[in-house]
Formats: sequence, C-alpha cells, structure tokens
Amino acid sequence: MILNRRGFIGTLAASGAVLAAPAVLGQTKPRVVVIGGGAGGATCARYIAKDSDGAIDVTLVEPAEVYYTCFFSNLYIGGFRDFESLAHRYDKLTGDYGITHARDMAAGVDRNAMTVTLAGGETLSYDRLVIAPGIDFVDGSVPGWDLSKAEIMPHAYKAGPQTQLLKAQVEAMPEGGTFCMIAPPNPYRCPPGPYERISMVAHVLKERNPTAKILLVDPKEKFSKQGLFEEGWQKHYSGMIERIGPDFGATNVEVRPDTMEVVIDGEVEKVDVCNVIPAQRAGEIAAAAGVTDDKGWAPVNPHSMATHADPNVYVMGDASAQGDMPKSGFSANSQAKVAAMNIRSELTGSKAFPAKYSNTCWSLIETDDGVKVGASYEATDEKIASVDSFVSQTGEDADLRKATYEESLGWYAGITADIFG
Amino acid sequence: MAGRGDIHLALGLALLVAWGGSQVSASEIGDAGKGAEIWGECSGCHQIGPEAKDAIGPKLNGIFGRKAASIEAFPYSRSLERAGRDGLIWTLETLDAYIENPRTFASGTRMSYRGLKDAGKRADLLAFLRDFSDKPRDIPEAEPTARRTLPELPPEVLALKGDPEFGEYLASECQTCHQASGADEGIPAITLWPEEDFVLAMHAYKQKLRPHPVMQMMAGRLTEEEIAALAAYFGTLEE
Repeated sequence: MILNRRGFIGTLAASGAVLAAPAVLGQTKPRVVVIGGGAGGATCARYIAKDSDGAIDVTLVEPAEVYYTCFFSNLYIGGFRDFESLAHRYDKLTGDYGITHARDMAAGVDRNAMTVTLAGGETLSYDRLVIAPGIDFVDGSVPGWDLSKAEIMPHAYKAGPQTQLLKAQVEAMPEGGTFCMIAPPNPYRCPPGPYERISMVAHVLKERNPTAKILLVDPKEKFSKQGLFEEGWQKHYSGMIERIGPDFGATNVEVRPDTMEVVIDGEVEKVDVCNVIPAQRAGEIAAAAGVTDDKGWAPVNPHSMATHADPNVYVMGDASAQGDMPKSGFSANSQAKVAAMNIRSELTGSKAFPAKYSNTCWSLIETDDGVKVGASYEATDEKIASVDSFVSQTGEDADLRKATYEESLGWYAGITADIFG
Repeated sequence: MAGRGDIHLALGLALLVAWGGSQVSASEIGDAGKGAEIWGECSGCHQIGPEAKDAIGPKLNGIFGRKAASIEAFPYSRSLERAGRDGLIWTLETLDAYIENPRTFASGTRMSYRGLKDAGKRADLLAFLRDFSDKPRDIPEAEPTARRTLPELPPEVLALKGDPEFGEYLASECQTCHQASGADEGIPAITLWPEEDFVLAMHAYKQKLRPHPVMQMMAGRLTEEEIAALAAYFGTLEE
C-alpha cells in the first residue's frame, strides 16, 4: 500500500485522536500488564510508567524479588565480580514509578478476555500486554540432558543458582581435569556469551589448575567475534582450549550425566564439569499465549514490537523474532523503549516517533582485555534490519582493550539503572 | 468485553496502516526471489547453498564480509589477489560495483561476465546472495542486510527544531550507557552539557572526526533535527 505524505499525516492525526479516546473517556486508567522483570520487561514497565506520569496503570508480573542479570554473569564465574553485584531489586520501580509488582508466575493468557491468570489464581485484565519472558530450553536438543539433570550438568544460562553452581564446579575440578561446554545452535541468547564464558573458565583454571583442559563442543561453523576470541585464547591460554566444530561431529552429541561422559560422534569423553547450553525458544508463557511461531519465537512488527498474532500483545527481547538483532540484554532494553513509546501512544495519544534500535555486546577475554561488537538497526516493513556494524580488531593495543573493558563496566552501571531505575 | 477487544484490534490495525510504508528508514536490499532467477546467469560457474563447492568460480556462501580472493587453494587472478591484499572486502557496495562491471573494478579478473547494468536486477541478485552469508542475528558484526535510507518524517513530528519531547525519546537510546544521574565511570557523563558543545560533538562523531566506534555509529544515524532535539532535551535536564 502506498500512502502519500498528506494521506499519511491525515491517517496518523485521525488515529491519534481516536487512540486518545480511551484515556479521555474511560472511567479507569488504561492498564498495562508486563510479564517478566528482566532487561525487556522491566525497561518497558519503567518507561511506560515514567513517561506517562501516572496516566497508565502498570503491573509487573515477576515471581522473583531479586533479579540476577545474565549479562556480566560470566565475569562472576571468572572472579571479576561478586554475585551480589549481579543482583537488582524492584523497589525503585515500585517506589519511584508507582509500578505494581505482582510477585507470581503468569500461568496463562486469555487474549479474547484480555486477561492474565497468575499461578496463585489471581486474574489481571489489561489493555495492552507485554510478554518478555526471555528463553526456555528446547526439550531433547542435547540427548541425555533435560532440566532435571541441570544440578549435575548446569546450563547456567539463566543467571542465579545455576551460575553459582557452575562456578563452584569449575573451582572444585580435580588437577588436570576437563571442563566441557556443549555450545548451543543458533539462534540463542547472547551470541558471544558461550565464548566469553570459555575465556572466564580458562582464566580461573590458568590460576588454580593450569594443567586442566577445556573442551568446547560447538555445533556451529562460525561464531561472533571468533577471530578476537581465538587470538585471545592463543595469547592467554595457549594449549588449554580445544574446539570441536561440526566437521568433527559436534552436531552429533550425547551426554551421560550419571557417569559424567560426553559422547561426540561415537567417541566417549570422560569430563569433570559439563556446561550444557541447549537449543532455545521463547519463554513458555509466550507459547501459552499463542503468539509464537513453529520455530518457538514470537514474530513481531518491526516498527512497534507488537506481535503479528495480536496487536494488543507486545513481545520483546530474547523471546521475539524480529529479524537481525541478536538476543541480548542491550537489544531487549532497546526494543522495550520502542514498545513503551508505542503503547503509550496507543493508550494516551502521546507522540510516537519512528523506531530506533541499537545493540553493543562487550566481552572479556582476560584481565583488562575487553572487546566489543555492535550494530545499529532500522525497521523495514519485513524485519528489524542491520544497517551498520563495527567490531573490535585483532591486534589492538593493551590500552585500548583496557579502555574497552572499563567502558563495559560503565555500560553495566548505565543499563541496569535504565532497567531498574 | 468482546466488543471492546474488537475496537482495540481495529485501532491497532489503523496504527499499523499509519506506520506502514511511510516510516521506513531502511530498505530491503532487493527481492531475493527475483534474484534467484537472475542467479541462473551465475550458476554455470559458481555454487551456493549447503552443498556448495568451489567450481569454475569460487563458492559464494559467506561472500558478504569476506576478503577478496581469500579462499585458500582457489586459483584467483593476480588482479583479484592484489585487490584482496589491498584490503578489498566484499560488501553490498563493492559486490554491486563488481557485478555491474567486473573488469573496470578488477581489470584482470578471470570472471568472464559482461556485467549486469540494471541496478534493480543487481539489487535482487545481491538480496539472493545475502541470504547465504552470516546472519546478523547470530553474528552481530556480519554485513548489513538492508540499506539505510534517509528517514522521511512527518512534519508535525519533526517540524519543531529542537523538540525536547522527541529528544527525550531519542535520549533513551543514550541512557543505555550514559547514566541519567550523570555518573561518570568508564563511560562519560553527558548531562548538563551546553547545547552548542553537544551539537558540535555529535557532528564531529557523525563525520568520524572524533574516534570512538560506538559513538560514530550512534551519531552517524542522527539527522540534524535529531541532534537539535537531543541537545534541547539534555538542555532541559536539571541538576
């Protein structure tokens, strides 16, 4: 469909006027329910509450009292941060922004009735629903492993006790033992995450257990920042890390948690720690709400983050299928602001501007050796499309790498303040 | 309740229609489906796809972002090897120029192809080829999949030069890294800057005079109106 500028303005003005109607005429404030208190959900809740100045009633459905960020959790494993530094609470969102924190799991969504049912039985009605549940794992993607085995072979891909468990296991490895990671297939949360984790585990083992080995079993041919990681591994952890790619059977892997064995293309390897990062899909509540596709992710309108399935339901962050943006906390935060702006516009008639998206991912390879990759994105009618990107270069000098690491610390402080207030 | 839902649905659709087509500030490379038909002109020498191998020409999986003449063991022309040593990377722009006329671009190339003069057909072919290279979703540094176009914004959105409300929205992108509180560790504070200094700095990043890659990228996409709006917004922040 082609609209000329005059026609477009008319449509926008008219829809703006009508859209403003619910708040003007309605007896009650418009209600937004946000499921999930991570980088996507908490940002979206905060921006809607902050920018609507109390004109919209916002409820955040999140069972946890304390949220641990997945980003920077590798640095905790490496000993560069303490566990408490990953912890964030919702008291500013409730106290400073008037957001209601419903401390419960969302059990179901009725999109016809426009209600969310909580595990405790309470029902919340909404005018707009935000679903930002992050990821869940695909059952059976690593034969021999399921969630019940995560206490033996942790995934540590949702930050919290799993991260603590993996760190403790690495530190307790026998001298000269083997750490194994089963890396996930695309698409998954945080493209450089598994490789930063390998670097952090290597950092710990180099100091505590220098004859230990790291076995990285990776079903993908290539990965993000590969040249930078491989250069760093060679430089800092020479001879310690072995990567087995798809050419050597990494797509045919089975684990045996009871005997701590990994079977790679028929070869049995005895390992001491096994970090299984399975294939991923949108958090279960997105599927339960009926907004996901056959690949398990929720397709969204690239201009607004509203789902294709239901324009009253928005999905952002890892759970969304939007095109080119990697699944990261930065992306979720960026998408949440676009969604918040559009939701406010629909409910109160505030101005909506064209979507802008960006992402940067920093990774730490060794002490003061930080690298980054980033891109900017624009919405086309098909998808959120990458239009520009940059990445740290191999051979950069130590001062620049140190500055990049320090920049990442500044970013962490910035984004967590932007998410949690 | 159902009736209310219908109204919401209708409003949602109205908004979608309003956005569609007019707010796009990037365009798809081309039509990959049509490009697949044009590929017939290439497939005599080149292979592409999961089973592709080097043939008369090198396989074209992963061509985007690859250095020219970089498949080891493939017998490239000296001309193309020299271009690779000089740092030629295959991107949307360089591939477009090469396909338009291989010989003007790399004079001794062995690719015996007369060139494709029609820019639209080249765009379709490039869209087809792009689908066989790295996905930015998985490898964020991968080559772009769309062309940025200058945004055509409705005047009442942008008419106000230095609209602080627009600036407030734009500033939300800055605040992912730069703290609203003015904290200054690792990443500098940007609050309470004189407007003029702010505008100067953004333009210096935009022109890549100031060296930081993240800021060059962020400022590079800002229009003059957007920089003015940001400056106006940051100017309104109180201590």
